This record gives sequence, structure tokens and C-alpha cells, in this order.
Amino acid sequence: MVHGKSWREKTFDIFNTIIMTVLIILSVYPLYYALINSLNNGQDIINFGMVLMWPREFTLESWKTVLGDASVVRAIWITASRTAIVTVLSTFITTMFAYAFSRSYLRGRKVYAALGFVSMYVNGGIIAFFLMISELGLYNTYWVYIIPSLFGGFYNVIIYTSNFKAIPDGLLESAKMDGASEFQIYSRLVLPLSKPVIAALAIFTVVGIWNDYQTTLFYTEGTTLKTLQYYIVQLVQSANALEALKTSSAAGNAEIYQLLQETAGPTSAKTIELAAMLIASVPMIIIYPFAQKHFTQGMMIGSIKG
Amino acid sequence: MNRRNKKKRYEFGYDLHTQLYLHAMLLPGTLLIIVFSIIPLFGILIAFTNYKPAMGWSGIFTAEFNNFRNFMQVFRSNQFWPMIKNTLGINLIGQAVIIPLTIVFALLVNELTSKRFKSVVQTTTYMPHFLSWAIYGGLVVTILSPDGGLLNVLLQKFGIISEPISFMAREEYFWVIAIISGLLKELGWGTIIYLAAIAGVDPEMYEAAAIDGASRIRRMFSITLPSILPTVMIMIIFAIAGMLNNNFTQIYVLQNSLNRMASQVIDTYVYQIGMQQFQFGVATAANLMKSVFALILLGAANFTSKKLTNTGLF
Repeated sequence: MVHGKSWREKTFDIFNTIIMTVLIILSVYPLYYALINSLNNGQDIINFGMVLMWPREFTLESWKTVLGDASVVRAIWITASRTAIVTVLSTFITTMFAYAFSRSYLRGRKVYAALGFVSMYVNGGIIAFFLMISELGLYNTYWVYIIPSLFGGFYNVIIYTSNFKAIPDGLLESAKMDGASEFQIYSRLVLPLSKPVIAALAIFTVVGIWNDYQTTLFYTEGTTLKTLQYYIVQLVQSANALEALKTSSAAGNAEIYQLLQETAGPTSAKTIELAAMLIASVPMIIIYPFAQKHFTQGMMIGSIKG
Repeated sequence: MNRRNKKKRYEFGYDLHTQLYLHAMLLPGTLLIIVFSIIPLFGILIAFTNYKPAMGWSGIFTAEFNNFRNFMQVFRSNQFWPMIKNTLGINLIGQAVIIPLTIVFALLVNELTSKRFKSVVQTTTYMPHFLSWAIYGGLVVTILSPDGGLLNVLLQKFGIISEPISFMAREEYFWVIAIISGLLKELGWGTIIYLAAIAGVDPEMYEAAAIDGASRIRRMFSITLPSILPTVMIMIIFAIAGMLNNNFTQIYVLQNSLNRMASQVIDTYVYQIGMQQFQFGVATAANLMKSVFALILLGAANFTSKKLTNTGLF
């Protein structure tokens, strides 16, 4: 084949490496910048500006303040518990739906397909959904974080279905001949055989629920049921208001301001905000590289299905 | 043997017991679809009535028809033209930048010779996708802050500006901020779909081209790029269909009272009018118009793509 590289190819390789390095920096540095500044003395930042490479006056105070704050701990608890509950239950409900839907001998399959496609392509908008949530008594309750998310969406059903159909029919039929019920076939054969796709979509669910911000904004009063993401947006907005305008018009944000007032010592509104942002990102940063293979696989199924 | 097997297959699974089991397994999901997707569709009626928030769910059906007054109010709002301009501007310019750059990035990643470096590039550039817009938006605001934010510090260090700029408080910067932050967050993740398409290209084509003396750069343009064209078309159809949709959280987090004239998009308008000012009819009317136009755009984009390149979603 081709021996050696021409100078044009070498130049191309060098430029390509430079571009890639720049993109790596653009992806990673903002978070690193947040990290080093959250670990720096806040008063030092106010006096001498934010650090660019390494903390000038290293301190864990901002992180300790955030993690020691009762309202933050509650937000972490709400976010983590809803993520765990929704991921487990919605994976169960959605895969069970998809298994039954994937059976060629299911009667009335078209009805379910029609419902599914309508739910995928049309929606009544946030007002109608809000009225439904209120009518069901879910508004401003913890349940609004759970119940509406229990079905993982018809798009996921399509992905699961195409995977379940790839399992050899003979295997499932012989289990049925041996007297296994449909639920047993689903739980003992289909689920264990579909681990990769379930892992992929379950991780998508984890990311989606953990990062969800709108549910708190739209369907709660945003006081006692704050999620971590909602808390951070309030913190960012309050910190900006606090630093730019030096105002304390803190209507509705009492606990945010309380946290920011605890900034006498080696912390500042900025370092507190950055520490909270990092704490909320840590779980995502930990899980995504491990799951990269699954993701790619899940995306490829998605791309085939359009 | 074969005939018996066929007959057995036909009857297989159609017994009442099996059917009951299957429908029971479909029940939880079906109920959730009906309650949270199908029944709320009746809420579209609100767009045509003088519905008041106190009327509750049944009010959807009893509120009086108000002669399209909600729609008129959307058109007459002084926010109407700015929000149309912002929605289309951010999306059209954004996609015109993001789609080509993502394709170029995917092609370049594909040309990396070191497997290890390739995986480092992919892993690191995927990372921002997994951060929420609450966090990423917070980082953007921090970096652009006039109060010692990274960008202002760098621009001052290199002598490009003498005074720090309040990027978030100035209307003229909002589109650029929204587009670039969206680009940086999704650039890496966006390559996955193209890389999957590239992985499907027959390696023999490259070998044949190499034997014919085609350079790597030449092969990139003559083999890889044409091979992923169907994927590119599908991404363009999605982009056109989504032209009226913004990422609500992104815009909402970056929005403030000073940049609102450049940052108000249809989605934030619906939220503001509906959930903050409780004008449910007007908000639903605006949302309905958006949905109808989006559906028309999807159909038109799909039709054009089928005519031109023979690829389409449906």
C-alpha cells in the first residue's frame, strides 16, 4: 500500500491535531476554570480577580458551605431520589410495553401504534399539560417529578421493539411451549438478553431527569420542591443581582440569599455558585465516559430508525 | 412437517390467556400516554376561547368561543416581530453554522490516525452535552461577566478592548452568545451520528482510491462526504422542522431584562404570557400556531429533500 506520507499529508495531520487540541481545551477548560475558582478563596477573587491556571489561595470552604447548607442537601435529595425512582420504574414500564408491542401475535397492535405516534408528534402545549397536572392534584407536589415521567416515550418503545424483535423467535416460543407466561418470557429471557440497549436508554433517562429544569419551573411554586438545577439557576441569577446591583430584593429567594449571606469568610457569592454548579455536574461527569459505548450503540439504533 | 409448523405458528399466541397477559403489560404505559399525551390535546381548544385559569379542566369545554381574539392578541403584541425575528435568527444562523462545522469536525475526527488520541478527543468533546443548560448557562454567564470574567480578562490582556464589556446586558451580543454556546456544547456529541454513517462506508472504496493515487484529503471529499449525504439531509430536515423550537432552558437561563428584545423567542414568550401572566388563551394560541407551522415546515422540507436527493424521513 502507500509507504510514507507526503508533506501535504503531514501538514494536514499537524493542523488536524492542533484543531483537535483547541476543541479539547474549549470543551474542558470552562469546567476546569469553574473548579479552580470554586477552590480559591472568594475574598481573594474579589480583590485580585479570578484565577486562570491554579488556585492562588486554596480552600475547600465554598464546597463545604454548599454541601453543609440544608436547602442544598434537600435539593440534592429531591433530584437524586426522583432520578433513581423514575429511571427504574420508567425502564420497567417502557420495556414491558415494548415487549408486548413487539409481539407479532398481539391483537389491536395498530391502536397502540396510533396512540404512540400521536403522542410522539403532537402535543397540547405547556398550558394544557399544566391544567392536566393541576386537575390530577400533582401541582407543587413531589409526585409531579415522578408520575408524568413514568412512561419513557414512544420513541424509546420503537428502539426497544427493534431490539426485542432481533431475539430469535424460536427461543421465546420454546419457552412458551414449556409453559412460561408472557411476563416470565419478558422478565427472564428478553430483559437479560437486551442489557446493552436497556443500559443505553436508562442512562439517557438518568441524564434527562437529573438535568431537568423545566418541571420545577412550570409545575411547582419553586419554593420547597427545588431541584438542584433549579437551585443553580436561582443561585446564578441571585449572585449576578447581588454582585452587579448590590440589591437584596430577594422576594421568594430567601434561602438563596441566606446561603449567599454566609459569605463572610473565605467564600464569595461567585465561589459558592461555582461550587454548586460543580456538585451538580459531578454525577454526570462520572457516569458518561463509562457509558460511552452504550450511548453510541443507542444512537446508532436511533439513527437507523430515524 | 413444514405445513404443520406453519399452522402452529398461525395459532400461536392468539389464545385469550396470552392476549390478556399482553394487554395487561401494555396497560400502565397506555394509561400514561392517554392521561399525559392524548387528553391534554383537548387543551388546544383554549386557544379559541375566553378561558380563564379559574375555570379548571372542565372550563376547556364550557368557555366561550371568542372569535380568534387570542390569535389577534399574539399578532398585535409588540413582542410579536422581535420574537419571530429572534427565533428564526438564532435557529437559522445557528444551524447554518452548527451543521457544517459538525460535519467538518466529524470528518477530521475520522482522519485521526492515533486511536488513543481519537478516543480522548471524543470523550472530552462529548462531555459538555451531559451538563445541563442550567450549569452550562451559568458557566457562560461567569465567563462573559464584566466583573473579571475570563473573556473580558483575555480581551483586555491582548489589548483588544480597554474597558470590560457587559456581554449579557447588551442586545447585540445575544444571538452570537446563544449560537456559540449551543455550538460548543453540542459540537462533539453531534458528530456521533455522522461518525456512525462514516463507519458504514465500504473500506474497499478507500483502498481502491488509494491505489489510484488519491490523497487522504481527496478521499475525504470524494468518498466520505458523498457517503454521508443522506445523513446530512436528514439532519437538515430535522433542523428545518425545528426552526421554530428553541432550547427553552438555554434561552431562559441566558435571558435577562436588558437583552430581552434580542432574546425573546416563541417558547419563552409562551412561558411568560401563559405561566407568568396567566393569559392561557393567548399562550395556547401562540403555541398552536408554532406547532402548525412546524408541521408544515417538516412536510415541506421532507418533500424537497425527496425531490432533490431521494432521502426523506417518511
